Amino acid sequence: MSASSEASAVAAARDDTEYVTFRVADQWLGIPVVTVQEVLTAERIARVPLAPAEVAGFLNLRGQIVSAIDLRARMGLPPRDKDQRFMNVVVRDRDELFSFLVDEVGDVQTVGAEGLERPPVTLDPRWRQVCDGVVRRKTDLLVSVNAVKLLNLGDPAV
Amino acid sequence: MDDLLRDFLTESTENLTRLDGEIVVLEKKPKDRELLASIFRTIHTIKGTCGFIGLSRLETVAHAAESVLGQLRDGELAVTPEVISDVLGAVDVIKTILAGLEQTGAEPAGDDGIVIARLEARLSGEPAGAARRAAPAASPKPAPGPAAPTAVAAPAKTAEAAATGTEATAEAGGEVKPGIADSSLRVHVTILDRLMNLVGELVLARNQLLQLSRTEEDSVYLAPVQHLNRVTTDLQEAVMKTRMQPVGNAWTKLPRLVRDLCQANGKRIELEQHGADTELDRQILQAIQDPLVHMVRNSADHGIEAPAVRRKAGKPECGTIRLNAYHEGGHVILEVGDDGAGIDVAVVRRKAIERGLVTEAAAAQLSDAQVLRFVFEPGFSTATTVTSVSGRGVGMDVVRSNVERIGGTVDLSSTVGKGTVVRIKIPLTLAIISALVVGAGGEAFAIPQIGVVELVRVTAESRGLVENVHGATFYRLRDSLLPLVDLGETLGLPMEGERAEETIVVCQVGEARYGLVVSEVFDTQEIVVKPVGRLVKHVPAYAGCTILGDGRVIMILDTAGLAARGRIGEGEEAESVVAGAGERGAQHAADRRSLLLFDVGEEALRAVPLSLVARLEEFAAASLERADGRWLVQYRGALLPIVPAREGMEIRARDPRPVIVFSDGVRSMGLAVEEIRDIVEDRVAVETRAARAGVLGAAVINGRATEVLDTQHYLQLAHADWFAGAADDAAVARSVLLVDHSAFVESLMVPALSAEGIRVTCCRSGAEALARLERGETFDAVACDVGSKASGALELAKQIRATPAWQRLPLLALSGRTSAAQERRARAAGFTQYLSKADRRAIVAALGDACAQPEEAAA
Repeated sequence: MSASSEASAVAAARDDTEYVTFRVADQWLGIPVVTVQEVLTAERIARVPLAPAEVAGFLNLRGQIVSAIDLRARMGLPPRDKDQRFMNVVVRDRDELFSFLVDEVGDVQTVGAEGLERPPVTLDPRWRQVCDGVVRRKTDLLVSVNAVKLLNLGDPAV
Repeated sequence: MDDLLRDFLTESTENLTRLDGEIVVLEKKPKDRELLASIFRTIHTIKGTCGFIGLSRLETVAHAAESVLGQLRDGELAVTPEVISDVLGAVDVIKTILAGLEQTGAEPAGDDGIVIARLEARLSGEPAGAARRAAPAASPKPAPGPAAPTAVAAPAKTAEAAATGTEATAEAGGEVKPGIADSSLRVHVTILDRLMNLVGELVLARNQLLQLSRTEEDSVYLAPVQHLNRVTTDLQEAVMKTRMQPVGNAWTKLPRLVRDLCQANGKRIELEQHGADTELDRQILQAIQDPLVHMVRNSADHGIEAPAVRRKAGKPECGTIRLNAYHEGGHVILEVGDDGAGIDVAVVRRKAIERGLVTEAAAAQLSDAQVLRFVFEPGFSTATTVTSVSGRGVGMDVVRSNVERIGGTVDLSSTVGKGTVVRIKIPLTLAIISALVVGAGGEAFAIPQIGVVELVRVTAESRGLVENVHGATFYRLRDSLLPLVDLGETLGLPMEGERAEETIVVCQVGEARYGLVVSEVFDTQEIVVKPVGRLVKHVPAYAGCTILGDGRVIMILDTAGLAARGRIGEGEEAESVVAGAGERGAQHAADRRSLLLFDVGEEALRAVPLSLVARLEEFAAASLERADGRWLVQYRGALLPIVPAREGMEIRARDPRPVIVFSDGVRSMGLAVEEIRDIVEDRVAVETRAARAGVLGAAVINGRATEVLDTQHYLQLAHADWFAGAADDAAVARSVLLVDHSAFVESLMVPALSAEGIRVTCCRSGAEALARLERGETFDAVACDVGSKASGALELAKQIRATPAWQRLPLLALSGRTSAAQERRARAAGFTQYLSKADRRAIVAALGDACAQPEEAAA
C-alpha cells in the first residue's frame, strides 16, 4: 500500500471504518478492509530456507509470488500446531503481495470513529509498534493493526 | 541502405511531423520560448546527423533554418508569419529530401537556393551579404512585408514538387512501398517489459497445462494444448526478440571516447569493431555499457603506448583496440583487446603487496594468471595507485561486479609488449532462463544452467572418491580435488538419512569450481525468474524464485552466493594469505595449510602455521635494546619482547633483523629469525615428535625436512606470566581425551592445553576413543572434532550418552568450519559445547571449566 492510500485509510478511520477481523492464537486483530486485497484458504506455502523466522515462505497466487508472514511468529505468539488450519489475508504494499497467516478470519466489523481507542501504554512494545488502536467489544478487545508496519521486519539480518 | 541511415530516417520523419505542429503553434504563441527551443533542437539534431552521414544538401537547408530559429530563440528576430512561412518552407524541403533518401538511399538532386536565400535574408545583422549570396537565383525582396505572398507560395510549390516526385516514383514502381517510417514503430520500454512479464506468466500457465495433459493419455485437450505450447514458444521468442538489440548500440559512444583520449594523450588508436550486430537483451546491454567504457578507456589510456614508444618497440605507431562480439553456446562473448604494452605481472604483484592484498611470500607463490586477477580488486583500480606503467586499473572492480551481477564472468589475459584482452561472457537474456531442478532436504530448488558445468553421480561404489580433509569434504574429480558444499546443510535443512546415492552439481563461479551436493536431480526447465521480494532479498543464497509447472514455488539458487556461504575452505589461514587471489587459491588452501617458512641459522628450516602469526616485521639493529637480560623493541607504542629463535643468536648481527610477531590480542612477542623464507601451502603431517624444546616435530614440507615451531615455548620464554594462573591448579590432575583424525591439529592443541596443566590423551577416531573409555581410562572431558566424518564424532557422542556412567561427562565439539546446522546436530548428539577450532583460547577456557569440576564429571 502506498503512503497515500495509507493516509486515506487513516482519514477514513475518522468516520466509520470497516475492519477485516482475524484471530491469531487467542487474540482478535483487525485491519481496514480497504487494505486487504483478498482472503484465501490455506494455500501450499513453499518454505524459504534462511529467510527471517517470520517469513513462512512463498505462495503462488495466480502466477504471482506472495511472501507469507506468519503472524504468530511476527507477534511473538507460540507457533501453530503442524496440521492446524490457517488462512491467508493478502495485502499489497509497494507493488508487492504479502499474505498474513492467521488462524481464523472473522466477520467484517464496522467501527465508528469514537470506537477506536488509543493502544494501552501497557501493551507489549512489539505490539505497540504495529498497533493503531484498540476496539472494545462485548467480550474481548479487537486490536487494530497496521499492515505496513507488520511488514517491516526490522533489520533483515536479525 | 545502412542501419544508420534507416535510423536517421525513422527518427527524422517522426520529428518533422511533430515539428509541423509545433511551428504552427509557434505562430499563435510567438513568445513561447520552450516551444522555440524544442523546434531549434529538432532542426539542430537533423543538421548534426546530416553532417555526420554526409548528406550535404540536407545539411545546408537545415543549417539555414537553424540559423533563423536560433535568432528567433534568442529574441534577435521577431516571430512573424513571414518568418514562420520561410521556416516551414525549409521543413518542406527537408521532407522532400528525406522522401528521396528513403526511396533511393541517396540525396535527390535539386536546388534549394531560393529557400536558403529567403532564410538568410531573414537573419538580422547580415541581410545584405546573405541576400547577395543567394541573389542570382531568388531576386529577393528585402522588405519583409511585401514578401509574404511569395514566401508562402514558394514552399507550397516545393511541397507540390515533392508530392509529384513521390507519385512519379511510386507509379514507376508499380505500387506504393510502405516507407520506413511506416514499417517501424517506437514502443516504450515499459510496454516491452510488461509484454515480457505477461509472456512469462503464459509460459508458466503453459507448463501447468502440459503437466496436466501428460497425466491423461488420450485427453481431448491434448491437441489444443500442444498447439498452445507451440504458439507460446513462438510468442516467447518473438517477444524476446523485441527486447534484443545489437551490441553495436552499446559501442556507439566508444569511437568518440577513443578519439578524445587520443587527442588528450597524443596517441594514435584505431578502434576495430567486429560482430556489432550480435544481439543481446536490452537489460544486459545496459548493464555492460559502463564496463565497456571502462575497458576501452583503460586500453586507450594505459594499454596503448605513445607513438614514439611504439615505434621504438617495433610496432606500428597507430595502436589498435579491437571490440569483438560473438555467440558461444548460450552466451555472448565480448572481448576488448589492445595491442598495447600489456600488463607487467611483476608490477601488479608489487602493487598487490603494497596494498596489503597479499603477503610478499604468498605473492611469490601465485601464478601470473592469479596475480593478474588482482586488477579486478576494488581499490586496486584507482589511478593514483596504479600508474600507467603498470598498464591498467580504472574501475576494473566495477567491471567485474557489473558483469557478475548479470550472471557473467570476466577474464583477463595479457602479454607484456603484446597487449591485453579482457573477455566477458554473458547470458543472452535474464528474464527466462534454463535451469536444473534439484532436490535437497525434501525441497526443490532451481540452479541456473549457466553456472553448471557437469553433473556427477555419487553411488555407493564411487563414494570412496569423496574425501574428508580436516573438516572439509572434497571429491576426487579426475585430476583435481573439487570442494563440496552440501546444499541441504548450507541452507540449514533437516538432515536426510544416509542417502544411497547423491549427485554433485559442479558449479562454476568466476574462475573457481565447486560441487554442490544434492540428493536428487529432477529435470531441466525453462523458468521465469521472479524477484524474491524484499523480505528475502538480503539472503545471498538466492537469485530469485519461480513457479513450476505444477504451481509450486521454488527458489532459484545463486551459486556464487552459496559458495560464499558454504565458505569453501578452512577459513582464516586460507583467506588471509591469498585474500583476493581468487577462489581457486582458497580452495587449495582448504586441504592444505599455509605455513610460514623461516631460517633460524640451523640446518633445517622452521615452519609455523601462518594462522598463528600476527605480523612480520623488520627492526633496525639499533632499535633493539637489551634490558634486564631480555631483548626489547619499541613497537606500536609498547615494548615488544624479542626472543631469539636459536640459542646463542647474536640479535644485532643482522640489520635489519627479521622478526615474526605473535600476539594473543593482549600480549605480543617477537621471534627473531635469520630470514623469512617463504609461505607455502602444504598438507602437513608432523612425523616425529620433538625431543627438544621449541620444536613440535618434523615434517616434510616442499620435499624438505622442516621443523614445526612450538609457539607456546617461545611465548612462555617471552612472558613468564603468559600462562600464569594455569600452573596454580596444575596440582589437580586434569585430563582430556582429544579426538581428531588430524595429527596436525593435535600437535597444536597439545602444547596449549599442556601449558594449562591439562593432561591430553590423543586418539584419531571415535572408535579408538570409545575403546579407551571402555578400557576404563578416565577423563575429565572429551573434546572431539565434528567437522570431519572420519572422526566419527556424532556416533561417539551418542555412545557416550547412551552409557549411564558417562552421561554427565563434558563433551566438547570442535569444528574447523562452524555452522548453525552442524551445531544443532552436534548438540542433538549429546555434545555440551560447540567451539571453533580456530578459537584456541575458548577451547582452553572451556576445557579448563569442564575440568574444574571433576567431582561432577562422572567419568
